[in-house]
Amino acid sequence: MPTLANFPLDNAARRSDAERFAASELPTSALEVWRYSRIDELDLTRYALPSDGVVSQPLTAAAEAVLAAAGDLAGLVVTENGRVVRCEVDDALAAKGVTLGPVEPGDTAAAPPAVDDPFVTLNAAFGAQPLVLTVPDGVVVERPIAVVHVVAGDGVVVFPHLVVVAGEQSQVTVMEHLSSADVDALVIPVTDFRVGPAANVRHLVVQDLGRRVWQLGYATSDVGRDGFLESAAVALGGDYARLRTDARVSGQGASSNLMAVYFGEGEQMHDFRTLQDHSAPRTTSDLLFKGAVGGEATSVYTGLIRVRPGASGTNAFQTNRNLVLTEGAHAESVPNLEIEENDVRCSHASAIGPVDEDQLYYLESRGVPTTVAERLIVLGFFDEILDRIAVPSLRALLRAAVGTKLEHAVPRD
Amino acid sequence: MSTLAIHDLQARVPGRDILRGIDLTVSSGEVHAVMGPNGSGKSTLSHVLMGRPGYEVTGGSVTLDGQDLLALPTWERAQAGLFLSMQYPIEVPGVSLLDALEAAFAASEGRAASEVRELISVEAGRLGVEPRFLSRPLNVDLSGGERKRNETLQLAVVRPRIAVLDEIDSGLDVDALRTISRRIEAATAEDNLGVLAITHYSRLLHELRPDVVHVLSGGRIVATGGPELAAELEVTGYALYGGAADDTPTVIDSGGEAADPFADPLA
Repeated sequence: MPTLANFPLDNAARRSDAERFAASELPTSALEVWRYSRIDELDLTRYALPSDGVVSQPLTAAAEAVLAAAGDLAGLVVTENGRVVRCEVDDALAAKGVTLGPVEPGDTAAAPPAVDDPFVTLNAAFGAQPLVLTVPDGVVVERPIAVVHVVAGDGVVVFPHLVVVAGEQSQVTVMEHLSSADVDALVIPVTDFRVGPAANVRHLVVQDLGRRVWQLGYATSDVGRDGFLESAAVALGGDYARLRTDARVSGQGASSNLMAVYFGEGEQMHDFRTLQDHSAPRTTSDLLFKGAVGGEATSVYTGLIRVRPGASGTNAFQTNRNLVLTEGAHAESVPNLEIEENDVRCSHASAIGPVDEDQLYYLESRGVPTTVAERLIVLGFFDEILDRIAVPSLRALLRAAVGTKLEHAVPRD
Repeated sequence: MSTLAIHDLQARVPGRDILRGIDLTVSSGEVHAVMGPNGSGKSTLSHVLMGRPGYEVTGGSVTLDGQDLLALPTWERAQAGLFLSMQYPIEVPGVSLLDALEAAFAASEGRAASEVRELISVEAGRLGVEPRFLSRPLNVDLSGGERKRNETLQLAVVRPRIAVLDEIDSGLDVDALRTISRRIEAATAEDNLGVLAITHYSRLLHELRPDVVHVLSGGRIVATGGPELAAELEVTGYALYGGAADDTPTVIDSGGEAADPFADPLA
């Protein structure tokens, strides 16, 4: 299999990205932005690019289940190791100008987000087929569009890349799903949501990768004037799974809501780093991240609200709550504010702790067995987010997945 | 016929002995009132009976029909037939009344989770609980009075053998107090429920008429009598029984929770 070093790059943009990556040093946990991470353990030489030929493996059971539960879709893309194996979009929407599909690597439509991150650069250089979804001005896509990434094969490094361009007053819901077989692999997903003026975009990403897979993800978004973006991440899988989110609200009156559910057990580590970046007046951002750790798992949440000069009338909220279910588990929560404007309303809150003893006592006093009471409380904790996700038909499935995580997270005698 | 037998019960919270030997026996169909001044151990008694974490039993026994309750975890005490209506019902975000009671029924012998929805609906009607409260997370955003109605509703659905009512009157207006008292009295008649009603204020006892009144002071039962004992306390206060001179059990119309000084020692 070709490695990152000898992979033949087909165009100038990619060659330049590859050179840029080669010239940079891999980050270390000494850098603030990688603090608490497991980046020091990363050995890129262990991974190679997947071979060109598409093997067309069957979907993972997890992907099948999600697609079955999602119901009718307006569009569907399935990628395998970053290559498109299936791509369809509703004819009526295509007639209205909705496009969904792969573009050539290096295509300006899929230019990488302008962030300083070596893995985004790596994705741009080596990603096989960037996907672009375009919803023209005024077009409403009522049913969800699903993008399903399947990672197969030991030792592969895969670079999913999704760009969503939502035109003025358009509306669309995008559901992404990442899964893999039980392989040792590295996934470097990049998503880039460009939400136009008064557009309404909802995004759900479910990460259900295998227990030996690493993820180093980067999600950027920018919401234009009076636009609305809601982005929810559900992180269940992975060995070390990181997702960095830069949510820009750069149009006057724009709003961006970020939510996450994460649940680690065994030796898993989920690592979230968020930025709510306000640069225009009367913008709103609201973040609610809720996690649980059991077994020997670790989670990290580090978040920053930045209000730039000129972003007066900003409302920005950040809440991170964590349940620590076992003595061996550990959660970090580091919320931050950086405010350079006076007329703003901002708040942050974080909490880390076990399942509330009083809540358990109350349920038990009604006759609910301890383990059942704990399950009700943990599921109820996540329901606050699962009740609001963009694809309500997935709620039951995700709730069941959380229940299964709990069974693994807390050993029962 | 069921009997809750409390014998020489002693308990403490870290650094403080609270119950110093309680003897009480409550049988099916009986209503016992436990009255006492501030700090006498009333709330501790209720939580020790139910097994709340943080209290240490240092002596004595509690049995329900001969079964040693103190050896059981809280949920098994409930399944054995003991119910506690809490003074401060705890908020459980994300868990509805239906979820909780279905789980309790599913874990029981002889009752099915599928019965719960109908039972709740019937009891909501009897107690005047608005249906919209039923789908909410337990006790979240409910007023003190609404919580007490909700506790009573649960009591009625669960149908325990013995119910401990910890200050069930606080936060209630007179109409609500009457509704709740009628429902509990009905349970004593229909289901042969035995009641241990813990209260500071005698007004509950105008609605929920006790067969036996006990005075709790300094962690002991210091007097036991008929309903006339409550009437006497209303006049003389607790001073005779070791309470402060102004610790008079008065009839009050607005016992807001925030103003209630008889907080749980662990809360």
